[in-house]
Amino acid sequence: MIRWLQKLYYPIQAGHYRLEKHSIGLTLAIIFAAGIGGFVEIAPLFTIKETVEDAPDMRTYTPLEQAGRDIYVREGCYLCHSQMIRTLADEVDRYGPYSLAVESKYDHPMLWGSKRTGPDIARLGGKYSDSWHVAHLIDPRAVVPESVMPQYAFLADTPLETASLPARLAALRAVGVPYSDAMIENAERDALGQARPDSDDAEGVAERYGEATQIRRFAGRAGPVSEMDALVAYLQILGKLTDVAARMESAAIGADMDADMDADMEAAQ
Amino acid sequence: MTVRDRDPLTGHHTTGHEWNGITELNTRVPLAIWWFILVTHVYALIVWVLLPAWPGVTGYTKGILGIDQRSQVEERVAEMREARAPWRARMVALTVDQIRADPALSAIVAETGPALFGDNCAACHGARGQGGPGYPSLVDDAWLWGGDPETIQETLRVGINADHPDTRFAQMLAFDGVLSRDEIRTVANYVQSLSGMESDSDPDRLSEGRTLFEDNCTSCHGENATGSTDMGAPNLTDGFWIYGGDDKTLFATILHGRQGWMPAWEDRLDDADRKVLTVYLQDLKEEAR
Repeated sequence: MIRWLQKLYYPIQAGHYRLEKHSIGLTLAIIFAAGIGGFVEIAPLFTIKETVEDAPDMRTYTPLEQAGRDIYVREGCYLCHSQMIRTLADEVDRYGPYSLAVESKYDHPMLWGSKRTGPDIARLGGKYSDSWHVAHLIDPRAVVPESVMPQYAFLADTPLETASLPARLAALRAVGVPYSDAMIENAERDALGQARPDSDDAEGVAERYGEATQIRRFAGRAGPVSEMDALVAYLQILGKLTDVAARMESAAIGADMDADMDADMEAAQ
Repeated sequence: MTVRDRDPLTGHHTTGHEWNGITELNTRVPLAIWWFILVTHVYALIVWVLLPAWPGVTGYTKGILGIDQRSQVEERVAEMREARAPWRARMVALTVDQIRADPALSAIVAETGPALFGDNCAACHGARGQGGPGYPSLVDDAWLWGGDPETIQETLRVGINADHPDTRFAQMLAFDGVLSRDEIRTVANYVQSLSGMESDSDPDRLSEGRTLFEDNCTSCHGENATGSTDMGAPNLTDGFWIYGGDDKTLFATILHGRQGWMPAWEDRLDDADRKVLTVYLQDLKEEAR
């Protein structure tokens, strides 16, 4: 068998010797060989429609949430927190439905991560209160004594830089996030309005991003809108841009389980 | 010199390159490498057939085993739920006392409770339910909304000031502008005296504080300042404080108001999980005594 494989190789070897002596031929052959590698990387995109689910109800990040996301990236939160629940039973048991490709549709860059010094936070939104997040970011040990997370108290004292938000949203639109002209134009006002429920700007946020958008003082204190407001707004929307994952899970598992549960309940009584 | 030249010493071919009489051996590829190539290629061919592999124009080859991570995990999760279904159903059907009296169910609570509590509740209420500034202790006798098991389960389900349609709603108003700072200090002094804390015992000041309390606070905290579990208004006479009973904290509480926030757990935890937590809370309470 091996002899046969070796024999098969001889003509290739002889051909290769000849090719090595022709610079143009060798160049073309190298391009061809590298092209195979490129094709292997590109080919999965042919079936992208099959791998990315539909989520017609999904909304984009608001400017405040996007600003918070940029702070998350700036501070390197992704180095210790992943944002992807893998297709493993115990992860689904702990964190909720596994992450879907579509849930990262508007993430540039994606923050799936591979390192979990802290827990996965793909479905963190709504799990804890704003004030808990603020207390935890100011001093993690104050609420979780065994935590090794650094302190981010300075975020509460750093006013949020909003001037670059229209440009940031426009850049995201260039890579496929469907921000409208009005969203880009009003990005600064919307960012401030989402953290100031009493201001006139708050209405515009609900109008452009939906009634379900969370509009409140995320950092819980008066004064200029801070980076803390933005980061907490982002943390509170994680996993809540669409509920397609929960719907898919209940469609796959929930329905028949509920029926079983009812039967068992009757038996128990 | 040609490619076909052999090195007299080893008998191998040479590459045909020569530098001042030094030639280069073209040693054969070792047999082990050939085996390695053969085995990996055969393995690849088998895998192409068995598992999802090749992209096409309209889809990809699914492989004859039909393995798909998603359906695998869904099966596993369904299996796990099925295995738990009998005790979960009993957990929901029985009362807290019945569960605590049942050794099999108690063992399940002892095993599941810490994991559920640690992952969902401990962040705010502490690892042993002891609470902290701003987060009520779950192991003392002071309850904002009532401490019997049904009430605790309902609070878990709907949360407090959460985004659940049935959520419990409570808010302490900010008295900034309603009362002067001096009046706030006076009423705070009176409130401290209610639970026997050391306070300014000047009778005039106390009676002034009492009047202010009756005018502003009794609609929620009640005539006797014992609070109301219907409104989530804390009892001010029992010596338990959520935010703190010292001068400074009490002043801030009255000046700025307070509004706690507990998430609604209905979507994250099902009936049985919430029941396990309710039972586990009794264990924590006994442990704290």
